[in-house]
Amino acid sequence: MMRFILPLVIFLVLAGFLYKGLDLNPREVASPLVGKSAPAFTLPQLQTPEKNFSPKDMDGKVWLLNVWASWCGACKDEHPVLMALSQQNIVPIVGLDYKDNRENGSAVLDKHGNPYTLTISDADGKVGFDYGVYGVPETYVIDKKGVIAYKLIGPVTPQNLQQTILPLVAELEKK
Amino acid sequence: MRYLLIALFCLLPTFAFAGEAQELADDPVIEKRMILLADKVRCLVCQSEAVSTSHSDWSNDVRAIMREKMKAGATDQEILDLLVERFGKSVLFDPPVDEETLPLWAAPFVLMVLGGGILYYQLRKRQARLATGEISAEEARRAAALLDEATQAKDKQA
Repeated sequence: MMRFILPLVIFLVLAGFLYKGLDLNPREVASPLVGKSAPAFTLPQLQTPEKNFSPKDMDGKVWLLNVWASWCGACKDEHPVLMALSQQNIVPIVGLDYKDNRENGSAVLDKHGNPYTLTISDADGKVGFDYGVYGVPETYVIDKKGVIAYKLIGPVTPQNLQQTILPLVAELEKK
Repeated sequence: MRYLLIALFCLLPTFAFAGEAQELADDPVIEKRMILLADKVRCLVCQSEAVSTSHSDWSNDVRAIMREKMKAGATDQEILDLLVERFGKSVLFDPPVDEETLPLWAAPFVLMVLGGGILYYQLRKRQARLATGEISAEEARRAAALLDEATQAKDKQA
């Protein structure tokens, strides 16, 4: 009997691992920055370059840092989701225009609408590198003390917004 | 003539690329060191490719940062630490042995010892049985049934 059960068990365990593997995205790397302070920086804003922004301006607030670019295809998919979110006034969204030219970035916001409380321009991608950005779009949830609570790689969708981001924001607001 | 011109125009992008590549290799010593270091770093946007050979935008950036840090006098280890701090240990092809990665490093050896143990135990059991020449009741029944079958088949033929 054992000689039939053992291969079956091995097969089932292997099949279980492979099945789980189907759902895993090898491009999603757990960020070592979660649980750490958001790296400091000072960058000029996209549409008003004479004004600067620094993460410490958001101290005491829970906020989202959304990394996007005019050249990024998936950013166009998440744009309407962000627009809807910004209209609900739940959480401020700061946009980081990553490795983009100022005119192209502004043009996207003028044409399709601006979901951001403010947008900063990271033309050379230095700040993006400090935040461990390797695929755009990426979204960071940052708490009142300036600690990164969550990092989403890939576009914001109604699903991950409702299931992950908004519950987390609500929880962080209470702290 | 027109076709020749068209063919020549097709070459234009190649020239543009050659120009870019030249600019990168302005310091051969740093370039060599950078390529060696970039061999140890995984390209996160392409699967199983090193930053040194990848043409992705992200790898270009990492190489640019390596060059920049090397010019500023950073050691190879400092640069790797910087990358791990931002992108995690999986950015290294050869992740360090620590609390988190220990199970991964140990698993092959644990499995090998376990497998060897089971094999040894089974062989011992088999040898002990063969040495005594004993067969179980079940085996005796099967042997008898097989012999029966064989004799019946022979009888039918005859």
